[in-house]
Amino acid sequence: MVKEEEDSSNRPDNTAFTQQRLPAWQPILSAGIVIPGFVLIGLAFIGIGVGLFLTSRDIQVLEMDYTGADGSSPCSVCYNLADKNCVCTMSFSIDSLIKGPVFFYYGLTNYFQNQRRYGVSRDDKQLYGDTSNFASPNSECAPYQYISNVPIVPCGSVANSMFNDTFELFKNVNGQSLPVPLDGKGIAWWTDYNVKFQNPNVTPLINAFNGTVRPPFWSKNVYELDTTDASNNGFINQDFLVWMRRAALPDFRKLYRRITDGDYSAGLPAGNYSLKIHYNYPVNGFGGKKKVVFSNVSWMGGKNEFLGIAYLVIGSLCVVMSVVMLIVYAKFKFPEDN
Amino acid sequence: RMRRERFWFCLEEERKVKANDREYNEKFQYASNCIMTSKYNMLTFLPVNLFEQFQEVANTYFLFLLILQLIPQISSLSWFTTIVPLALVLSITAVKDATDDYFRHRSDNQVNNHQSQVLIRGSLQKERWMNVRVGDIIKLENNQSVVADLLLLSSSEPHGLCYIETAELDGETNVKVRQSVSVPAELGDPNNLATFNGEVVCEPPNNKLDRFCGTLYWRDKKYPLTNQNMLLRGCVLRNTEACYGLVIFAGPDTKLMQNSGRTKFKRTSIDRLMNTLVLWIFGFLVCMGVILAVGNAVWEKEVGSLFQSYLPWDPPVDNFLFSAFLSFWSYVIILNTVVPISLYVSVEVIRLGHSYFINWDRQMFCSQCNTAAEARTTTLNEELGQVEYVFSDKTGTLTQNIMSFNKCSINGQAYGKGTSREKNTLDFTPFNPLANPDFCFYDEKLLESVKVGDWHSHEYFRLLSLCHTVMSEEKSEGELVYKAQSPDEGALVKAARNFGFVFRSRTPGTITTTELGRTVTYSLLAILDFNNIRKRMSVIVRNPAGRIRLYCKGADTVLLERLHPCNQELMTITSDHLNEYAADGLRTLALAYRDVSEEEWEVWSESHRSADKAVDCREDRLAAAYDKIEQDMMLLGATAIEDKLQEGVSETIALLSLANIKVWVLTGDKQETAVNIGYSCKMLTDDMMEVFTISGRTVQSVRQELGEGQEGDGVAGDDQLQGSPCPLPPTYLMDNISGEFGLIINGHSLAHALEADMEVEFVSTACACKAVICCRVTPLQKAQVVELIKKHKKAVTLAIGDGANDVSMIKSAHIGVGISGQEGIQAVLASDYSFAQFRFLQRLLLVHGRWSYLRMCRFLCYFFYKNFAFTMVHFWFGFFCGFSAQTVYDQFFITLYNIVYTSLPVLAMGIFDQDVPDHRSLECPKLYEPGQLNLLFNKKEFFICIAQGIYTSVVLFFMPYAVLSNATQSTGVPLADYQTFAATTATALVIVVSVQIALDTGFWTVINHVFVWGSLGLYFTIMLALHSQTLFRIFPKQFHFVGCAQSTLLQPVVWLTIALATAICIVPVLAFRFLKLDLKPQLSDTVRTHLRKPAESRLGARGGSRSGYAFAHQEGFGELITSGKNMRLSSLGLASFASRHSSSWIETLRRKNTPPKEPCSSFL
Repeated sequence: MVKEEEDSSNRPDNTAFTQQRLPAWQPILSAGIVIPGFVLIGLAFIGIGVGLFLTSRDIQVLEMDYTGADGSSPCSVCYNLADKNCVCTMSFSIDSLIKGPVFFYYGLTNYFQNQRRYGVSRDDKQLYGDTSNFASPNSECAPYQYISNVPIVPCGSVANSMFNDTFELFKNVNGQSLPVPLDGKGIAWWTDYNVKFQNPNVTPLINAFNGTVRPPFWSKNVYELDTTDASNNGFINQDFLVWMRRAALPDFRKLYRRITDGDYSAGLPAGNYSLKIHYNYPVNGFGGKKKVVFSNVSWMGGKNEFLGIAYLVIGSLCVVMSVVMLIVYAKFKFPEDN
Repeated sequence: RMRRERFWFCLEEERKVKANDREYNEKFQYASNCIMTSKYNMLTFLPVNLFEQFQEVANTYFLFLLILQLIPQISSLSWFTTIVPLALVLSITAVKDATDDYFRHRSDNQVNNHQSQVLIRGSLQKERWMNVRVGDIIKLENNQSVVADLLLLSSSEPHGLCYIETAELDGETNVKVRQSVSVPAELGDPNNLATFNGEVVCEPPNNKLDRFCGTLYWRDKKYPLTNQNMLLRGCVLRNTEACYGLVIFAGPDTKLMQNSGRTKFKRTSIDRLMNTLVLWIFGFLVCMGVILAVGNAVWEKEVGSLFQSYLPWDPPVDNFLFSAFLSFWSYVIILNTVVPISLYVSVEVIRLGHSYFINWDRQMFCSQCNTAAEARTTTLNEELGQVEYVFSDKTGTLTQNIMSFNKCSINGQAYGKGTSREKNTLDFTPFNPLANPDFCFYDEKLLESVKVGDWHSHEYFRLLSLCHTVMSEEKSEGELVYKAQSPDEGALVKAARNFGFVFRSRTPGTITTTELGRTVTYSLLAILDFNNIRKRMSVIVRNPAGRIRLYCKGADTVLLERLHPCNQELMTITSDHLNEYAADGLRTLALAYRDVSEEEWEVWSESHRSADKAVDCREDRLAAAYDKIEQDMMLLGATAIEDKLQEGVSETIALLSLANIKVWVLTGDKQETAVNIGYSCKMLTDDMMEVFTISGRTVQSVRQELGEGQEGDGVAGDDQLQGSPCPLPPTYLMDNISGEFGLIINGHSLAHALEADMEVEFVSTACACKAVICCRVTPLQKAQVVELIKKHKKAVTLAIGDGANDVSMIKSAHIGVGISGQEGIQAVLASDYSFAQFRFLQRLLLVHGRWSYLRMCRFLCYFFYKNFAFTMVHFWFGFFCGFSAQTVYDQFFITLYNIVYTSLPVLAMGIFDQDVPDHRSLECPKLYEPGQLNLLFNKKEFFICIAQGIYTSVVLFFMPYAVLSNATQSTGVPLADYQTFAATTATALVIVVSVQIALDTGFWTVINHVFVWGSLGLYFTIMLALHSQTLFRIFPKQFHFVGCAQSTLLQPVVWLTIALATAICIVPVLAFRFLKLDLKPQLSDTVRTHLRKPAESRLGARGGSRSGYAFAHQEGFGELITSGKNMRLSSLGLASFASRHSSSWIETLRRKNTPPKEPCSSFL
């Protein structure tokens, strides 16, 4: 009962796609690719690792704890913050030149800038200079949203808890303390300074803050952060920007200043230095530590021994694996091929 | 409305139907003939569909998450991270459901809108099927399908007979006879029927196909009604010009629909496994939540409380326990991405893709019937790769239901060369103007011998033209139409016709033939009718010269022992031929004749008459009389009829069995026929150790036969079992028995075997056999067998069939396949997949199924991996952020990760991946095994993926942690700020999972390349866009990551970190895979690496002897002919015949439809 004329109107299209015949590359994990691949990756990693390790070793880092939790520290007098404007001085010496540019960091430990509630407690629109949010800050700023119904600017926990220790560095030359110039420009992200944070478009700046109050923890208003330089005042104050960029981990350091000017453009020469610390920021309540760090950087940033070592380890493991695989391959595969 | 009807049926104890009285019948609210398989209509769609969708645990879960996210205190993520995917999922599913339902509506409409002729107020009117009501009188014409279950009132044929084909219903191929209610004979013309107002009282709707009991009350008389008076929906009217019937059951009440069972929603085993795993993951998620909440409590108490000077507790929180409680929910929200909603969407998309590949496959397109394969259910594809049992119908599925006279042996000379295509078909037309051009035969020697006048050849074909119960109809000169009761007889008579012995017409007492152009009329003295015990039929004719001769055809087993001793030599040769035919699976009959002298005839006809008139034991006495004359016959030869298999059936079955798939044939047809097909499609072979037949009618005999079967198995499997008093070896032994056995079980025995106390025994015996054939099974039994295997073997089952009688089995199997492109569509409508030829099954399973399974497994492994890698980073971060549910990533990254950044490459792999090309998986069927053993995705594999995911998350968190915590930019700005950390981790994650998918993808088409590279490109593009100044200026709050991308991606340290993390994640995987490939290669790996020679399919050796006898014939037609009941009286003019045999023939017919009391012995 075969029909004479075969009607094929329903016949599916004969395309490579519908017939699942698309040309395709079908890689196989063959020994010829995998074993040399492992050797190559291994050697490459070892090479990079050696490079990283050597680079990192050249970087000089000077780190000092000034918390004052133990009595021997010069700042122990300030630890409990008994009196306001407590000042302590730490002396240290550098044996050999720290090549410039040298970066001056402050560090905090056990400090949870990455807490979720902390992180959301800010008003980006306010910080963007939107004055409508001056009058009614974002509700996520609570409890630093209003003080007795007066809006706080800048609101929120992040701004409120801004780090307010300040440092002065002196080089002791022949009994004289010569101040080392510290450069506070360009320590924040370009986008933070130019895009994300904006002062309200009001002159003088102070007028924009009428009817607002500064965060309770602050001793100065935000428009008084740097009265000497309008481009470093208000929301675009670089120290403020650095603080507002919250850290990912509870132990962090933030860039405080750069030492690039004048005699120190080549670095911090060997000698005795003293660091005058205006100790304002309490850490005793939560057992945190404060430190200062002087460090220079290479093309790949600051000192980072882990990266180099990790590359070396992984590279060597790859090479070892390739040997193991070669042995296994030789033992199990060759007889079968014959 | 439906519900009320259902309710009514529960109470329906008997059904009252009054003909031509719609008002009266409406009182009972019987179901109309409208069939509704669709689920929704316009109005109900939205609420019902949403309700159904939210019954899915996953959807409800995501709704719950959405509500959680709206609570500000715990909302660690924006609400849009959940609502976008959820809305997407709900709408995609809704669209799919709507499309599916639309097609159901369409097919329902198609069926419901078929035209039928209904007698309304005295005139025939065209009416749609769905408007037919119970109590209507309907006219059916030849070859029409029966609209509903009808009580036959009158027929155009004499004596109110009508013929139906019930293949749709029970799979039997022979035409059956039905008779109208005996008394209202005057109802013949429509005018009388219009006034007919009889009332039928009968049983309520049920699913028993062979039983009906009721009474017709008309004109104060009672007429008993039986199944013999019923035309059931699904039957087709044959050889009958027209008939009228009264609708008794309609629509859902019809026996056909009652037999079809409820539509069950099918889920694949992967689905079930996935649901279990998702539940486990939820448990895991809760554990993580609890751990982190405890951590939060401790942290808040030990650290957070002291840290309050910088971060005071919110006024409503103000104690660490409440904070922990909130933190728990916050973590539930951010960790929920381990089971993202996109998992469900992706799985559906992949299955849809696979379904389209099935629809598009040209190699599953049948050009003869212009039908492409169709995946009607799009959710079962990967199950196709795990099938262990295939249950196949026979008629129409394995066979074409075409009988062809294929070979013959005449006087020791074998003719016919089979059906090889190259041979030219014999052209009969110049030789014989009455020849039928459809007939094909491939040996010209036979025609030569007829032409040269070989006496044996002439006598052979004369026998075929005389000894049968075929009715002929000659519309015009030479245009003969044979109405054969069985296709076998039709084929034989047609063969004789082509070889010049043309059966022209018959009366109750004569047969007229045209023998080589000469018209000859034989007087028909007697028909010694066929029955299943005699297995032969004879006619006694007197030729024009006055010689009386008996012609006999029948099973070789019975016929050869009734030959005259002088036939010994011929018998040996013919037996050889018969064995050869039987081994080829041809249906054989032996032919013989005997000259009867006048005196002998006188004596015998006297004894026959007395036996016929006997009141008691008529049957036995007739048989004895027949036996007396069917002696000392002379052998003429043998016929071999091919029950034409569908193309490629035996190859397909061989291939499936090489793939470790067991094929069972479940047929409503007779045992011999089924067994023959078993041989012709190489399921049964002569080199099998033994073929057991179970045909007992009582519980004991079935148990005994089963026991024998098991003992037989035991002999081969374990010598110890031979002498064991217990015939039941433990099941594990039964599974391990080597050697090949076949099992044939009859429907009535199956009924006992399926009983609770014997089913285990039956399953273990049947599963130890290589081939199982169940014959004479009802549709319900087919489903029961399937259910039995599902229950006891926990295996994936597939049922394939073409007719309405297969619907229940198609629905109860894990996968139902319908044969499309033929008349009946019930099976197709109920099926999950449909195609036109049985042989496409091999491609469906071994190619599409295998790929689908492989792809789905790879997809799931990767999917769980990538989400654990993604999500668990939050867990590790929890330990460093005060367990505050701070996310590691930007919330946009969390929203887009699953739906944009990583969805397409894995979808491409899930849709296009191929480990070996299609022809390889057909050549090497063993490749199918991993699916059956469920090796590619199971709990173990799942844990491996999870472990890999967690490992990756550890690396992805701690590498950036270790590197970045002290790193700075080259400008001295520290890199350990949150945004840089987030961007670094996210980038590393995207790169690691992209490299992983690149490793997992084994088949890189253009699309894979585009998707993998495109996703990576898209990630960086979107990241730069989201971190751009433009967006920040518009929405400062949402896009506070401004500048992060540029700043981060320019740092060499960041890239060194990413490279390091990628290497640590990928190198062990690569090494592990390479070693696994070397130490423990999978078959597919081997096939992939080496080109292999095609696996040779095994051919069964020939040998042994077995009767190839099979004859789809029913007893009773002989008497029907000699009584003249089935002949038009007008054309016969022999009214006297009508009353000769009382109504014994109909008794005989009726008896054949109810099982006889004596056990039926086996033929093998």
